[in-house]
Amino acid sequence: MSEPDIAVRVRGVAKSFGKTRILNDITIDFARGEVHALVGENGAGKSSVGKIIGGYYSADEGTVEIFGEPVTRFTPHDALGRGIAMIHQELQLVPELTVCQNVFLGKESNRASFLARGDRARFEELERTCGFSLNPDAKVATLRIAERQKVEIMRAIAREAQIIIMDEPTSSLTEDEADRLHALIGRLKEQGVTVIYVSHFLEHILANCDRVTVMRDGRVIRTDPTAGETKQSLVDSMLGEAAEISWPELPPRPLPSVAPVAEMRDVSTDTGLSGISLEVRPGEIVGLIGLVGAGRTELGRAMFGADPITSGHYAIEGVRQERLSTHRAVENGVALVPEDRRKQGLVLTQTTRPNISLATLSEISRMGFTQPRKERRRAQAIIDHFGIVPNRVDGDVAFYSGGNQQKVLLAKWAVARPKLLILDEPSRGVDIGARRRIHEFVVEMAASGIGVVLISSELEEVIALSHRGYLMSEGRIFGEVDTRGLTVEAALNRIFAQQGGEHMLAPQQQEAAQ
Amino acid sequence: MTDTPNQSATGSRIDTGRVLDFAREYGVLIIIGMLLVGLSFASDSFFTARNLLNILNQSAPLAIIACALTLVIIGGGFDLSTGAIFGVASVTAGWLAVNFDPYLAILAGPALGFLLGAINGAIITGFGVHSFLVTLATGLVYRGLAILITDGSLIPVRIEEFSWLGRERIGLVNVAVIVLLLFGAAMTLLLNGTTFGRKVFAVGGNEEAALLSGIRTNRIKILTFCLTGMAAGLAGVISVSRISMAEPQAGTGMELEAIASVILGGTSILGGSGAVWRSVSGVLLIALIGNGFNILNVNPFFKDLTTGVIIVIAVALAASARRR
Repeated sequence: MSEPDIAVRVRGVAKSFGKTRILNDITIDFARGEVHALVGENGAGKSSVGKIIGGYYSADEGTVEIFGEPVTRFTPHDALGRGIAMIHQELQLVPELTVCQNVFLGKESNRASFLARGDRARFEELERTCGFSLNPDAKVATLRIAERQKVEIMRAIAREAQIIIMDEPTSSLTEDEADRLHALIGRLKEQGVTVIYVSHFLEHILANCDRVTVMRDGRVIRTDPTAGETKQSLVDSMLGEAAEISWPELPPRPLPSVAPVAEMRDVSTDTGLSGISLEVRPGEIVGLIGLVGAGRTELGRAMFGADPITSGHYAIEGVRQERLSTHRAVENGVALVPEDRRKQGLVLTQTTRPNISLATLSEISRMGFTQPRKERRRAQAIIDHFGIVPNRVDGDVAFYSGGNQQKVLLAKWAVARPKLLILDEPSRGVDIGARRRIHEFVVEMAASGIGVVLISSELEEVIALSHRGYLMSEGRIFGEVDTRGLTVEAALNRIFAQQGGEHMLAPQQQEAAQ
Repeated sequence: MTDTPNQSATGSRIDTGRVLDFAREYGVLIIIGMLLVGLSFASDSFFTARNLLNILNQSAPLAIIACALTLVIIGGGFDLSTGAIFGVASVTAGWLAVNFDPYLAILAGPALGFLLGAINGAIITGFGVHSFLVTLATGLVYRGLAILITDGSLIPVRIEEFSWLGRERIGLVNVAVIVLLLFGAAMTLLLNGTTFGRKVFAVGGNEEAALLSGIRTNRIKILTFCLTGMAAGLAGVISVSRISMAEPQAGTGMELEAIASVILGGTSILGGSGAVWRSVSGVLLIALIGNGFNILNVNPFFKDLTTGVIIVIAVALAASARRR
């Protein structure tokens, strides 16, 4: 490969935070117009490599060259100036501004620094390229994560970035949306844009990337063309051992005669749910199956008392709940692991121990006084049980990898021994090892007699891990399915059919855009 | 952040990063230490038990407010009404001491403060308005009440059973200092040793996460404002008992001094982290600067200037610690 063909050259880069060395002697070449994947378990350092190239971290040792020019003391602003844009796992948008304003932030149409018309036209042009069907006037604060992610992607494209770093770009997109993103990446590649693609979705990587670099424990294991790879070969390199891709076995399904732990009849909310009827039995895993925006998260929140129910009947263990608050829900043994672990789940200013204790303070206290020894013992036990890394009772959760942050959240509810556990995207953006542990946890919980509601945008996951599923669309449940015999295709077909062919139009829209 | 300084001492070379972390963590104590040493050399009358206890005694009312205000700020709130609550409690206690019972007056100050704090908290959580705006407004209302109660005049309070709180000593130590130490210890215990304190940290660190963990976040916030109101009331009573005079304008500007002390001590203005000892240190630092100016006979014009510069430096240091 001749020099000008290298967009980013990383040579011998090392990085430490305090005493922890997170990157060791990283050497990778990213070619111009290449889609280059970085894979590895959480904590392997792939996001950190992205952040060094994007100017968010500075390397302690080694060199980074952008189009042949070495860079030192790099900031995200400098990076943007050199045509590098980064799309974060934790999205960085201004919530109070509109979609359009965010997309053109810092690049607004202007005449002598005064804002001028023209952003709307530019947005529409961009929209034709991307086909995301976003409302340019919607406030970002009102958007769901998946939609915010699309805004970030549009922003990178609007800046005409030559190198785009995407950290888990598909983690909150549906398959359909992910396909559209990949088509877009294909077009960017034709224009000579280099895409650095950090992801846990191996299928996506195999189907859409040219080369892949596998990382483990802050080191590069190997860089190879994806053509010769399989899911298994990547997983083996990531884990450093031959490992199987498998789903844990589900516990036996409870009999239909068992009284449900949670039951809804004709429930509606202000958040867009209407006519929801469902039941969850102890020991049963019930999947909510639908696309992003179908109302799955809203249903989970309503069951947890986070959003008020405006009409209908909701009973927990046969007791009707009126004006359910999150406090009452927790007292009644309901637990919710929310979809956005950093914004809704963890208190990042605190360490692991108080985060684990947060929902069960009464169990580690007497007369309102905390019992430090009891609390430490309990936290240590659950940290060991989940294999949280680092194995520290008072670790800085804010700097944990996504998978370990998620485990801390699960640990918080595991110590609460709930009766009904609602999991919203429990394995989003986590690595294979953590993902497997999370799946085992779901099964463990059900086996111990807890009713589990599982929400996941990854249809394969929700189908493989549940006994029974409810198909959702536009805030309603339109069908109940036995997930044991269901395939992803069958589920998708039913959802698309329900949506009146709306999504069938998507490919035509794309053609029109071209 | 939990790194201890002796770890760096065991290394063969000095770890500058760790030294800096230590300096940021305990910056306020280091500056206090430097001032103590510097002023001791500059003046013989400075480093005496009498002078140091006097500084503590003078700062006791402000320090009591700062202790409780720490909880409000850690909980993600702000309280601009403490000065006014101080004023209302002052005149109420003064009036009660003169017209009814001095002991009832001493209890009434904190009780009234608690109630006014509860009103702050109820408005903030009930209407979902930012505490900055609510307490700015209620502060005006409370100050108006203080003036109404006395018709704008002063109330002389020369009653033995009342003035012990601000004037007496037990041995060398003033009663007010003992009250401060007890109150500070109580707030520390509340913040670090109880489930309530844990919830305060959680509410300030991530309110959504706290709510989704089943914590009644509004109740926690209201309680922090109640405690701060109570502290302001107690501080007002101590002050009246000390100067034997209740005045409706007492405590004007004190709310800002209290906030400055809390932030100067290193408690995050963003909420979610901080400590009571930090706020007391912040109060003492400002008091030491003032005392230094008096002892050295420097033009008092420079006092505010120097205090301001030190606050800016301390806050900038703390901010650079957060930026990693």
